[in-house]
Amino acid sequence: MAGILVFVEQRGGEVRKASQQALSEAKRQGGTVSAVLPGSGISDVASGLGAWGADTIYVADDANLALYSAEGYAEVVVKAVEKAQPSALFFAGTAMGRDLAPRVAARLGVGAVADAVGLTLEGDTFNVHRPVYSGKAFATVNTAGNLPQVISLRPNVFAAEEVAGAGELVALDGLSLSIRAVVKELVETAGGELDVAEADVIVSGGRGIKGPENFALIKELADALGGAVGASRAAVDAGWIEHSHQVGQTGKVVSPSLYIAAGISGAIQHLAGMSSSKIIVAINKDPDAPIFKIADYGVVGDLFDVIPPMVEAIKAL
Amino acid sequence: MNCIVCMASVPDTASVIKIGGDGKGIDESGIKWIVSPYDEYALEEALQITEAKGGEVTVVTYGPDHAEAALRDCLARGAHQAVHVLGGEATLGDSFTIAKVLAGVIKDRQYDLVLCGFKGVGTDCGQVGQMLAEILDLPHVANVTELEMGDASLAAGRDIEGGKEKVESPLPAVITCQKGLNEPRYAALKGIMAAKKKPIDKIEVASLGIDESSGGFYAVEKLELPPQKAAGTIIQGEDDAATAAAELVKLLREEAKVI
Repeated sequence: MAGILVFVEQRGGEVRKASQQALSEAKRQGGTVSAVLPGSGISDVASGLGAWGADTIYVADDANLALYSAEGYAEVVVKAVEKAQPSALFFAGTAMGRDLAPRVAARLGVGAVADAVGLTLEGDTFNVHRPVYSGKAFATVNTAGNLPQVISLRPNVFAAEEVAGAGELVALDGLSLSIRAVVKELVETAGGELDVAEADVIVSGGRGIKGPENFALIKELADALGGAVGASRAAVDAGWIEHSHQVGQTGKVVSPSLYIAAGISGAIQHLAGMSSSKIIVAINKDPDAPIFKIADYGVVGDLFDVIPPMVEAIKAL
Repeated sequence: MNCIVCMASVPDTASVIKIGGDGKGIDESGIKWIVSPYDEYALEEALQITEAKGGEVTVVTYGPDHAEAALRDCLARGAHQAVHVLGGEATLGDSFTIAKVLAGVIKDRQYDLVLCGFKGVGTDCGQVGQMLAEILDLPHVANVTELEMGDASLAAGRDIEGGKEKVESPLPAVITCQKGLNEPRYAALKGIMAAKKKPIDKIEVASLGIDESSGGFYAVEKLELPPQKAAGTIIQGEDDAATAAAELVKLLREEAKVI
């Protein structure tokens, strides 16, 4: 097949893990892999991308690209598409990738497929496996013959694999950046809190944790596992924690290696958001809670009694 | 300040999804159709803006007959005008065609802000707002959880991993709305009664120059339910939580190998 161009996202000079995963998946699909990297002062980041499988790295280094803008970054990606002439264009399905991919696709006059969790190549066509109805069903879809095939890949689903390689750097110049919606500032959450969308381990609390103060216990377990804190809609709607933590059909859809649901009964909307997690653990007092039906491991018991010794046992590992 | 809200009619989030006879779509029998939850934030924001600054809210939907109920719901909550582009079954999930249809309706209208939900619940693509902005040659801000409207510009906060981007944009613009932006109102009885009499502007999709049978940009080959999981291991921890906790950690370490 012809090549795959991968949009690479960096923040503060670090390539996002989800972009490494997208590059690695492009490499596994065969053919040539190129990368496009917009930013400011990013030459070190760019030269490191060969180690993730990029044969050619298109770099747009410009002070106006220091912070993300859909319009500016789209300009860069379209320029790289003109040069690389790829048959597919991959984005990591981060907030940035999910925002940029459709803007770029529309500019190229093609559609886009979001949130791939599996890719099968038939000839030059990617058949994309993607969850719909928040994971209550899975669709196999393609771009109906339109090229390039613009696809965003769900983070933490595809493995990142370093390879031996050094890509060739190509500077993209002659950009005419026209940016109307301007990011003035990037405000990071205090303490650099890990986001559920990116975490490999998530510990979520629901109504059963009884009050906002008890998210401290959930956080203790999450910290012991190096994971993020999630929440059910009930906990968010009660005002115990911000919506950015919500997992479920009207929150984030996640697929970490380990998902621990504490005091969450398992409404269909919550199950929809986390049922594709690799290992699911439920801790709940009610042995009939629906969450146990999809749990790989369940503890029937009071989370306030079960979690503290869990934290100790994990720390002792 | 005139606002246009793009709304999708989707299955109630409590719906049990079954695969339809063609193996490519859902079985729609017994499905209750609602305003896509994120579009409720878009509508609410538009209502608040026009209440504060004057102007009208026009809701546009592209969907089959069942979308009319959701459109009436929007009128009942206070939307001034409703446009229903009939069709959309063949193009379900085809964000680019949907964006073209919406752009066809919107382009000749007077508006300051176009508001969408950040994704349609169901097809879960989250792409229409950005594509619509590109087609209309407008700036956009997606995933908006904070919004301040000026007379000719907006300031928005949008959720990203581990933080927020603070964005400023001139008007007109497109935004996609995320939970946290506002608390959507319910329709009051008076609104529901009034909405029954409000006219809905019905448009055939072909009149916008869109041929739904042309194949589009998104072909569904297959729809299937997720594989059934085998029954898990249940540990009784009511009497001795410490032992149960230790056993769970051991299983996660040695059997599941995830910690």
